[in-house]
Amino acid sequence: MKNKSLVSITDYSKDDYLKILDIAAEFEKNPSQHLLDGKIVATLFFEPSTRTRLSFESAINRLGGRVIGFSDANSSSVTKGETLKDTIKMVTGYVDLIVMRHPLEGAARYASEVASVPVINAGDGANQHPTQTLLDLYSIKKTQNTLENLNIFMIGDLKYGRTVHSLLMAMSNYNPTFFFISPDELKMPNEYKLFLEQHNIKYYEYRDFMPIIAEADIVYMTRVQKERFSDPIEYEKTKNAYVLNNSMLENTRENMKILHPLPRVNEISLDVDENPKAYYFTQAQNGVFVRQAIITSILGIK
Amino acid sequence: MKDKQLIVNAIKNGTVIDHIPAKNLFKVISILGLQTINNQITFGTGLESKKLGSKAIIKIADRYFLDEEINKIALVAPQAKLNIIRDYEVIEKRVVEVPDYIQGIVKCMNPKCITNNEEIKTKFTVLSKNEVSLKCHYCERITQQDRMVIL
Ligand SMILES: [Zn+2]
Repeated sequence: MKNKSLVSITDYSKDDYLKILDIAAEFEKNPSQHLLDGKIVATLFFEPSTRTRLSFESAINRLGGRVIGFSDANSSSVTKGETLKDTIKMVTGYVDLIVMRHPLEGAARYASEVASVPVINAGDGANQHPTQTLLDLYSIKKTQNTLENLNIFMIGDLKYGRTVHSLLMAMSNYNPTFFFISPDELKMPNEYKLFLEQHNIKYYEYRDFMPIIAEADIVYMTRVQKERFSDPIEYEKTKNAYVLNNSMLENTRENMKILHPLPRVNEISLDVDENPKAYYFTQAQNGVFVRQAIITSILGIK
Repeated sequence: MKDKQLIVNAIKNGTVIDHIPAKNLFKVISILGLQTINNQITFGTGLESKKLGSKAIIKIADRYFLDEEINKIALVAPQAKLNIIRDYEVIEKRVVEVPDYIQGIVKCMNPKCITNNEEIKTKFTVLSKNEVSLKCHYCERITQQDRMVIL
């Protein structure tokens, strides 16, 4: 992984995932390790994403590295019509590593070909967000003590949700059973179901999760956005079917945990937050350790 | 039939590319970079073809093509046939095959792809060759044959 960019979750092998998760566990025990003394990391956010940027910057700061960059394209020279190529060519001479988020798909792959330092993709449009996937894996492994043979429930917008698509690809290494619960308009795309069939991985599709939620090891919630519906009446009819509240958790498994990439809007009621099965804030915190692990392994320190 | 014989035979050494859909003649010329070479080139277009309706033919004197060069035209001329000519004789006939990897030639169908927003040569992995389906190296989206736009 040394000096190799991380653009897509498929850039890493199953062994690479485990290596990252092991290093992340070390950082969880001892988060402040000054391993990046004298190193500079660029965080180039061509579109704003406060959560992801803060998580990366926390990771870099805990490692004693320095951060330069911008938090959205409007506050930088990018709006003056500079090409992505030129921005990257310039920044690559200033830093040891580039973390970037961009609204266009494929931007990070292109940047990784133009830059002379490694690039970590912090989201390129609807395409990839591999550090999110690795922190999801970490959270699953930590709460279940394994990644193997789990019942993974994915609930909400499965059509446009890039996080569920990447998680599906990564978890497919570990013989899971998937339960896809979504409104008809936001079903898991066929290309992913085809992928599962080719790999002999079981999946089931439902419109409602209540009859089956007792089977879940992991419940991965996503946001159902109004603008994704062609028919607003359809949205009004279905929106409440994908909201989780505390009383629904009564008959769920002891080990069951609820994950969410955040930000949440209303798909998880506030009364769930105090339930020990709610894991989304710890999941976000895990993101810092996982990003520490990714950064140090790419820079060849771990 | 006689005319066609004449066209094919009129070249001493070189390559004749037949069965090009007439509408894609200039795309084939551009993909092979024929506009930049000094060889003697003649082409005919609007020729009658049972298979293609209207076809074009190109003959290039003193020029032979490697498979990887000629396979680039498979997306615009999948039924193209090559006659390799030496000393007025057809010494070999070849067909084209869609390559495993394509650079340039095709546009990515995703409007949010970086290649449609900045000057970048497109790159695709070919997932399927019969009903051509291409995976973009950058945005990872799939462009199917029916939505394929040639650059
Ligand atoms: Zn693309």
